[in-house]
Amino acid sequence: MHAIEKLLAEKSGRDTVHAGEIVNCSVDWAGINDLYYQTVKSFYEMGGKRVAAPERAILFFDHYAPCATEKQADNHKKFREFAREQGITHLMDINEGVCHQLMADYGFLKPGEIVVITDSHTTTHGAFGSFGTGVGATDLAIILATGKLWFKVPEVIRINLVGTLQNGVYAKDVILHIIGDLKADYGVYKAVEFTGPVVKKLSVSERMAMCNMTTEMGAKTSYIQPDDVTLAYLKEKNITDYKIYETDDDYEYAAELTYDVTDIGPQVAAPFSVDNVSPIEKFSGKRIQQAYLGSCTGGRTNDFMIAAKILKGKHIADGTRMILVPASKFVLRECIDKGYIQTLMDAGATLTAPGCAACLGIHQGLLAEGEACISSTNRNFPGRMGNVKAEIFLASPATVAASALNGTITNPQKYLEA
Amino acid sequence: MDAKVKGKAFTFGNNIDTDQIYPGKYVEYTEIEDIKKYAMSGSAQPDIVNKFAAGDIIVAGTNFGCGSSREHAAITLKAIGVGAILAESFARIFFRNAINLGIPAITCKGIHEMIHQGDEVEINFETGEIKNLTTGAAAKAEPLGDYMMNILQSGGVKPMIRRQLESK
Repeated sequence: MHAIEKLLAEKSGRDTVHAGEIVNCSVDWAGINDLYYQTVKSFYEMGGKRVAAPERAILFFDHYAPCATEKQADNHKKFREFAREQGITHLMDINEGVCHQLMADYGFLKPGEIVVITDSHTTTHGAFGSFGTGVGATDLAIILATGKLWFKVPEVIRINLVGTLQNGVYAKDVILHIIGDLKADYGVYKAVEFTGPVVKKLSVSERMAMCNMTTEMGAKTSYIQPDDVTLAYLKEKNITDYKIYETDDDYEYAAELTYDVTDIGPQVAAPFSVDNVSPIEKFSGKRIQQAYLGSCTGGRTNDFMIAAKILKGKHIADGTRMILVPASKFVLRECIDKGYIQTLMDAGATLTAPGCAACLGIHQGLLAEGEACISSTNRNFPGRMGNVKAEIFLASPATVAASALNGTITNPQKYLEA
Repeated sequence: MDAKVKGKAFTFGNNIDTDQIYPGKYVEYTEIEDIKKYAMSGSAQPDIVNKFAAGDIIVAGTNFGCGSSREHAAITLKAIGVGAILAESFARIFFRNAINLGIPAITCKGIHEMIHQGDEVEINFETGEIKNLTTGAAAKAEPLGDYMMNILQSGGVKPMIRRQLESK
């Protein structure tokens, strides 16, 4: 069996499971974000009275934090009431940040657990050897009511990464390249596992970015076998009770692919789909009006560090605005302490509250018709960040910073030479 | 769920994401009457709400419903009375959301070629037979499996869970 199968077997009380089977699993963490008051409605509509495991439920106010409309504020208010009534103490209010980052910051993630959140990018948690998957409101309500949810045991695709990353090339470039190659529906219903010497060297932050983006190839979940990097995270967070599953040697993957990252340079996903990926040269010089550094994909401390390195002592181009959205309050504080925020503000950037902000076109940096944005986020669908005729180019945080500097899409490599 | 549905086809391409089905800026709405106004409003047919009749059918290419987990995408299509959604393939979360709400989300290879905008389509859920009544073409849907069929026949997952909770 695969490690993921062993995990699902344990959580469904079986000895073995195999791909294609439907299993009913106990869920370790049930996260609801503030877009989905429907979860509470569904909970009551299905006859729910008390949340089965309130200590294992978390409410995240990230997409609307802080609220831009009365309706959003009303939803938050009703969520707070629900939390109070049901004894849910993990309420991440508007001062906290994006759900996926907080799961890591608070040390909630550990290998061998099932994490279900009403957010498609819950695949992020494969970076920790967790089974993370996104669901809709009603599925999450089922977990609230029963503590369990059904899953189809996924086939697993193995992506082996070999070679050496070029200077100025990051996990985001690699995963964009892979999505461009395999396309947006390659991984539908499947799990994507990353292996190989390149992965071993990636930080937790970079692993999260890569696993996060597997959603954009349709994956149900992602997986990185816990190793020394994972153990260092667990130690830092003082987590001692976890279970690491190992994949059997004779396990047969649905597909095994190898990418040599040595020749992958900075990548850009052009409008209007995430699999529309090219080497950056194709769009070099394209004028942008906004540069967006943030989100659960590209808004961690390391991302701000790289941007600060590129923009230190310089100023972003006239006619360009740069929006900073730290993924959580912990990231923001660390970036303040290390001086990155100061550096980026000196360079002309605008700081917003930790959260999802303009990533999904709700507030704090929407685009007008005809504008273009270079973004470290994960989606470039029509209308995703405002007007349906605005263009979003997805890239690494380094590319976002270098492009802000010049006001045009720019290869960041020359700014990062040692 | 009725054994058959008959309706007019509204066709869409590949990778129709949930921002096209239900744009993010309207996700704050929580009442059906509000949610139903914005069905497909981010797509190439933004005014579909005015033309759609109960029982009409959405036909799409691959990966329909990719992107956000927002259940609003399924809720809005149910609210305008979608009889079924036929696609070459579905994105995973949208598929779960649709089935949970009792919307037949039917996978059928070649369907996007076989059905054009405005064609009259009939689907037999018991046999899996899909007929294009306008052209006479026919196809067979991929079986949904017992688990999914059970949810659909229960009228969605909520009545199913309700029974489960009441029997405790």
